[in-house]
Amino acid sequence: MSEYRLEMRGVCKSFPGVKALNHAQLCLRPGKVHALMGENGAGKSTLMKCMFGIYSMDEGEIIYEGEKVSIKDPLEALKMGIAMVHQELQPIPARTVGENIFLGRYPMKKLLGIIPVVDHDKMYADTDALLQKVRMNFDSHQKVGELSVSQMQSVEIAKAVSANCKVLILDEPTSSLTSNEVEALFRIIEDLKADGVAIVYISHKMDEILRISDEVTIMRDGQYIGTWDCEGLTTDFIISKMVGRELTNLFPERNNVPGEVVFEVEDFTSINPKSFRHVNFQLCKGEILGVAGLVGAQRTELMEGIFGLRSHTTGTIRYQGKELIINRPKDAIDQGIAMLTEDRRATGIMGVLSIADNISIASLRQYLDYGFILNDKKIEALVQDNIKKMNTKTPSSKTQIKSLSGGNQQKVLIGRWLANNPDVLILDEPTRGIDVGAKYEIYCIIEELARAGKAIIMISSEMAELIGMSDRVMVMCDGRVTGFIDGKDATQENIMELATQFETV
Amino acid sequence: MKTKKSIPQVIWGFIKGNPIVVMMAVVSIIVGFTIDNFFSFENLNVLLGNTTIRFLIALGVSGCLITKGTDLSAGRQAALAATLTGVMVQRMDYAGRLFTWMPEMNMWVVLLIVLAIGAVIGLISGSIIAYLKVPPFIATLGIQTIVYGFNLIYTNAQPIGGFHQNFKDFFNWKILAIGEFKGFSGYILFAVLFGLLFWFLYNKTTHGKYMYAIGGNENAAEVSGVNVKKKLMQIYMLAGCMYAFAGFLMTGKSGGASAGMGTSYELEAIAGCTIGGVSTTGGIGTVPGILVGVLVFELLKIVLQFLKVDPNYNYIVQGLVVITAVAMDIRKYVAKK
Repeated sequence: MSEYRLEMRGVCKSFPGVKALNHAQLCLRPGKVHALMGENGAGKSTLMKCMFGIYSMDEGEIIYEGEKVSIKDPLEALKMGIAMVHQELQPIPARTVGENIFLGRYPMKKLLGIIPVVDHDKMYADTDALLQKVRMNFDSHQKVGELSVSQMQSVEIAKAVSANCKVLILDEPTSSLTSNEVEALFRIIEDLKADGVAIVYISHKMDEILRISDEVTIMRDGQYIGTWDCEGLTTDFIISKMVGRELTNLFPERNNVPGEVVFEVEDFTSINPKSFRHVNFQLCKGEILGVAGLVGAQRTELMEGIFGLRSHTTGTIRYQGKELIINRPKDAIDQGIAMLTEDRRATGIMGVLSIADNISIASLRQYLDYGFILNDKKIEALVQDNIKKMNTKTPSSKTQIKSLSGGNQQKVLIGRWLANNPDVLILDEPTRGIDVGAKYEIYCIIEELARAGKAIIMISSEMAELIGMSDRVMVMCDGRVTGFIDGKDATQENIMELATQFETV
Repeated sequence: MKTKKSIPQVIWGFIKGNPIVVMMAVVSIIVGFTIDNFFSFENLNVLLGNTTIRFLIALGVSGCLITKGTDLSAGRQAALAATLTGVMVQRMDYAGRLFTWMPEMNMWVVLLIVLAIGAVIGLISGSIIAYLKVPPFIATLGIQTIVYGFNLIYTNAQPIGGFHQNFKDFFNWKILAIGEFKGFSGYILFAVLFGLLFWFLYNKTTHGKYMYAIGGNENAAEVSGVNVKKKLMQIYMLAGCMYAFAGFLMTGKSGGASAGMGTSYELEAIAGCTIGGVSTTGGIGTVPGILVGVLVFELLKIVLQFLKVDPNYNYIVQGLVVITAVAMDIRKYVAKK
């Protein structure tokens, strides 16, 4: 019997035009948390999909509990005891927690001794037991669509646990969790470790990795770089292995100088009483205003309200003293406001369209001849210039945007707004799901824009990013602005203090 | 940088990308060389005439498809336009004249009226879809039956004929007479005209770009400043006009009109679009593609007719072709394992 629960060795996988995995390897020990790290596009997800039977390997072998196995599809993987919590959750919103957990393997009973029917009583009893095991106290009869993102994630984990898994893959499990919820997740992971489950933990968050994992495997460009014991590893070491070079600075040098106040929001209140209310803030020319808060602080909702994607009851928005009337995004855009939305796939990219179309869509009106004919030459010039300026890596401007990596998609989307030359730029989680190298490039772009005199609002859930990039940090809690901190004085502690100032009822 | 492909690679790429088009080309060449009269101007004229009507409807429905919608009312709307055209171009002295109070009208005025009515129906479908958020499949299914009912009621389900001479003359107008061949029907020019117009609209105007953007990602389009609701209404309105135009031509071409005309034309148009590469998942589709798709579908019907296949079997063959086309289209987007 081998010391490993599961070994993947010499795994190769090619897609048309790309070699996604080139002799990758991963060895998991029972009762250990194994972090799998690498930049986006390094092949982490592809490797996991090979393990879980979503992709078939071109080459390589999987040894599970000492025996060579082939896993043809996820169902087989589940039967063997391999479970995966996907980065993008795929619950069925209109069904209950219990039904989601036992989907495809409902407990059955015989009605009148012959007709097989679903045993609902047993299903919900089992669900309650499971939820207790993962320390979640919500109703097993609740519809999944009514849960918060973090609760949905707990449901997914409960589902994995219910399969009595021996290997559990967690793909970016904390990307939408608050710190309390992360703690809860870590407790569950500790419990699973004690039960001898081998856990693969994929994340970009260094502090989490160093805290929770026992071993780290690093990948780069589909290749296996190495496996290290977590004891004594440093963030710098991991990053240098991930990017293949030493990274001296996580953030660019900041040379932007905030000027006079140009943008003001006064007494801004949502039509939804649970959302943002009585928000006041000012923004200066050339300033980067970080917006901090826990999940549910209504930061995105506030910004979408300002941008005209959501309705408000009271409140005024002024640019250079002039009141702006914004009822829909077009009004905001026409008046010099741009907004990079949080969810790239849902509200950002137009997947099947080309890079060129994705860049030019918000600024097409500037390129009309005779008022109605689009000037293709000017548009192509804009697009080429944009690709060059943003250092977007793409084979051509005709390439479909969905085939680019997350970082490059984000550069295209920032480029879309720059094409409009806005005065105020709202960036909602601009580096979410982007690898370290591309993050730095995006920070440089943001700094450069501020230096050019743009007023920038940056929502972020990464403390390091807020502290490293903001001139001022605005902190929100439960729909209210609870305070401002100067960028130089901002620390994780004082931000968290303001972010947890809940109103006492 | 682009790598230059050799000519065989380009050809193989085309065959792989357009299997149905290639298959139809091969089949028609075989049929053409084995059966007399297949390669004839008369047959070509029939093909182009049929194609013109379906192409206009397909152009209309393409906007709906590209924005991830559909329009099931196309055929019934065309039929309504056909009967409306019919009643407005009936001779003053014709005994079966439906609306005796109606003055004699110039056929182009009739066309404008019919287009306006088409636009109104399109506006209604578009509003239901954009504002009431009814899925396009259901909204246009409802409109389809409503339009049909209305059409049956006001025509008393009777066929309409007895058109005045100007109208008939226009549809007998021929172009490009060669030897014994009397020439192609003049109204085929409308296919050319609207083909160019739509190509321009889809490629050179913000209307087209916004349409593709909505199909690519409706939410992203809204965030980027596209007024999605207004654009959807315009798309369905334009579609309504196209069905009306097709209906006008249907009446002229057949010399009569009835509420039963145009049945399942929307399905043929959707089939033509799909064969021509309009993606059912939205955001993709070109005017030349639509033209080729419709032509191939019409060609298929004529080939089957020449092969003396029982007309009832034609439906089965057509259905199989449509399913094959969509299945192959979807395969391009399904992640390869």
